[in-house]
Amino acid sequence: MSAASSSWQRGVVRADFPILDQAVNGHPLVYLDNAATSQKPRAVIEAMQRFYERDNSNVHRGIHTLSHRATVAYEGARERAAEFLGAADASEIIFTRGTTEAINLVANSWGGAFLREGDRVLLTEMEHHSNLVPWHLLAERLKLELLHVPITGDDGLLDLERVDGLLDAGVKLFAFTHVSNTLGTVNPAAELCRRARERGIITLVDAAQSAGHQPVNAREIGCDFLAASGHKLCGPTGIGILYGRRDLLDAMPPFLGGGEMILKVGLSASTFKKAPQRFEAGTPPFAEAVGLRAAMDYLDDIGREAIFEHDRELARHARAGLADLPGIRLLGTPDGAGIVSFHFDEIHAHDIVTFADQAGIAMRGGHHCTQPLMTRLGLDSTTRASFYFYNTREEADRLVETMARIHKFFTG
Amino acid sequence: MDHLSELYQAVILDHNRRPRNFGKLPEANRVATGDNPSCGDHFTVYLRLTDDRIEKVAFDGAGCAISKAAASLMTVSLMGKSVAEAENLFREFHHLVTTGEADEENLSDMAAFAGVSQFPARIKCATLAWHAALNAARGTGDKATTEEPV
Repeated sequence: MSAASSSWQRGVVRADFPILDQAVNGHPLVYLDNAATSQKPRAVIEAMQRFYERDNSNVHRGIHTLSHRATVAYEGARERAAEFLGAADASEIIFTRGTTEAINLVANSWGGAFLREGDRVLLTEMEHHSNLVPWHLLAERLKLELLHVPITGDDGLLDLERVDGLLDAGVKLFAFTHVSNTLGTVNPAAELCRRARERGIITLVDAAQSAGHQPVNAREIGCDFLAASGHKLCGPTGIGILYGRRDLLDAMPPFLGGGEMILKVGLSASTFKKAPQRFEAGTPPFAEAVGLRAAMDYLDDIGREAIFEHDRELARHARAGLADLPGIRLLGTPDGAGIVSFHFDEIHAHDIVTFADQAGIAMRGGHHCTQPLMTRLGLDSTTRASFYFYNTREEADRLVETMARIHKFFTG
Repeated sequence: MDHLSELYQAVILDHNRRPRNFGKLPEANRVATGDNPSCGDHFTVYLRLTDDRIEKVAFDGAGCAISKAAASLMTVSLMGKSVAEAENLFREFHHLVTTGEADEENLSDMAAFAGVSQFPARIKCATLAWHAALNAARGTGDKATTEEPV
């Protein structure tokens, strides 16, 4: 164990997050809504502030010194992102607004160019709306058929025995989440991609919940596309990453049109740069890229392996405590990531979340942008606690104690 | 926990556990649904409307304690009211849940919802069934969502 990981496990790391040091509704804040967005360490906030105070200028086109500095910073962030996600080269990294835009880019650009009427796209029942709706839109436009890998039940595992049969049903692209934002399920991404690759099927991995929480290497996973969001991995909002295999990107038409992505523009036609610039129309989020780079450095200093084990251990601890509450329905498995989702028949998630908030605990209740999954589970909503490396065992205990009090309040 | 006991008053917990007029209304001649897309709460409100008067009202569906109790108390308060009286009652109720202040005595048990004003995120819960009921009464549509302006 490195010096860094032994110190962060003692809670020293919390001092890096100014926001955690506050009382909410009269209680020390317990932030358990990390699957929605993570908090930002001082290193990220200060990197962006430094950039705005010293280097801020638009990238690429400028000749002057500040523009050069900003361009170096932006392209440096791209190199860092390539390393962070295991890309072969920085040219395989496209900065987007987030995971949602990254998936929309693939659907519109790759899908628009290479899918035809009657083609099939395979998704899963546990996808976030961001990996469903872009395909709905495309399916309507191109008359595609969408298929879905089912889950096995409350344990929230993909039914792996069904995958081969579905892939063999004329599927051209398989898009699935690495980690379920609702259930915490960690899908066997490399295995799923191997099965798709053997059949010549293109794969897209939604890594929004995994990239900041566990080691993620696109080449080891063997996917064709991989999407992630900066704000869920200690970085700023407004920036996300799309990894795409270079040969695929080279064959894809632009997604959005505008400045930066062109070679030559006439009044009625234009030609475009190569990837990744072809896919980055307009002024890119360069200050956000500086913050994202600081976030990636920060996470790798701690070690994403250690973060994964810490998150998972807290989730297991919380699950064990919650399991004793009468009438609770725990979803997912103890082998999942740091996410615990549960349901009480007699208590609605929003009442639980309001109650928890009054005890200083920030969590989430609702469908978590996974309405088809909720339908599959026969639920309208769940309550979700999602952990990160700055959370402690004491916070997991406070969650369990508070849930016990809520249960008594509403049913006692 | 003071705000919480203001929010979840005994009358609200009671109506959540034992909602009144819960179920379908076979003789209904107006039906509308209310959906909150952010949380999945969904109710259907059934009205028997005769000569602009609400003779009978019932609801079913699922939601949090606030939305369910508000729907239940609403059905109790709407029985026998004219559509115009229902509109006025909603205005008073809306004023109550957004400001915590009650203008008039008409609200009776619904005054228990004053605590909702301390929880801005929950105002939509308290008004969801009302939007459906008023849509049904006005005949302006069979679907209400919390995304519409109040």
